[in-house]
Amino acid sequence: MHEFSIMQSTLETAALKMSAAGATQIHRLKVRIGRLSGVVPEALRFAFEALKDKTPAAGASLEIEEVPAVCWCAGCAAEFETAKYEYACPRCHELSGDLRRGKEMELSSLEIS
Amino acid sequence: MCQECGCSKPGPYQIDGKPVATHTHTLADGTVVTHMHDDDHGHTHDHGRHGHEHGHAHPHQILNLNTGILSGNDRQAEQNRGAFKALNLLVLNVVSSPGAGKTALLTKTLNELKGRLRCAVIVGDLATDNDAARLRTTGAPVVQIATGTLCHLEAGMVAEAMKQLDLRALDLLIIENVGNLVCPASFDLGEAMRVVLHSVTEGEDKPLKYPPMFHSADVVGVTKTDMSEAAGFDRELALKNIRQASPHAKIFELSARSGAGVTAWCNYLVARQACGTA
Repeated sequence: MHEFSIMQSTLETAALKMSAAGATQIHRLKVRIGRLSGVVPEALRFAFEALKDKTPAAGASLEIEEVPAVCWCAGCAAEFETAKYEYACPRCHELSGDLRRGKEMELSSLEIS
Repeated sequence: MCQECGCSKPGPYQIDGKPVATHTHTLADGTVVTHMHDDDHGHTHDHGRHGHEHGHAHPHQILNLNTGILSGNDRQAEQNRGAFKALNLLVLNVVSSPGAGKTALLTKTLNELKGRLRCAVIVGDLATDNDAARLRTTGAPVVQIATGTLCHLEAGMVAEAMKQLDLRALDLLIIENVGNLVCPASFDLGEAMRVVLHSVTEGEDKPLKYPPMFHSADVVGVTKTDMSEAAGFDRELALKNIRQASPHAKIFELSARSGAGVTAWCNYLVARQACGTA
């Protein structure tokens, strides 16, 4: 599963940002994961627990914010949240492939000292 | 990503049998480490320059980053895309589950496009160059990337493999990704067109089971249509599911064996290349 290598990348970025800020420990990582990013939050959490020990995030907690998949319906000029990966607008039932949110894979913040 | 040392660089992969990926990382304490991944030296560096334990004298601080976790890959993908556009080279990233018929369709496509587009292929697999050997029978230049343990191709591997090809002498570059409907969805390679293949022997609900991959498709190819009847394939249901998972994708129904649909698919590629790769 690629969550393992994605978490490695996250921890590496976090360690670099921590050092740049003159800190030595990470206490909390917050990440944002879109429902269409291809990343499974449970798998990411498992990878975090398995990988954090030898990093400055050894004692840290992980917070995952899941971002729903939101599409734009041109006909209604409005956004709609997709339910179970169905891309039909709930108002006019037209399909939309114009995804506005839901592919995020971001390290949003770190709590360090 | 390197599975051994935890950095975000590609790990020990090979291009046409030769190990690639000498790389440098900066450790958390600022130490710069350069190493090759084709040796067996192991990865023990001690943390002598900084301790891992200290009191809580300083207050906690919140760093707001909002940085992309795969931003390294995304940056490289944009560089690749820029290089491809400058050369008016149409680039496809072809993905499917293992055994959906990527190599068979591409072999057929390459033969069909002879004299119309100058083509080359970069093909990724965990191991062997069997697919490269099959594709080379068409006469097109083929570069094999053996990813080792990695379940997908990354933009940096493509950039490395591109060096083996004379890109100026090409119109179409096809990247055949590792057979996997999950991981490659997250890794942009710089392609103009993502092609997701779905064979009739896989049933009708693959698009609903793997929504991120199908949603990322520009083209969905339904392959092995010559076997539809034997597989009891419900065509209408499958097309409905594809449209539901990927309303924007163009759909081709194809058989590499009988050749059905292949001409329309090749004409589409020729037209896309002619009108620029934007």
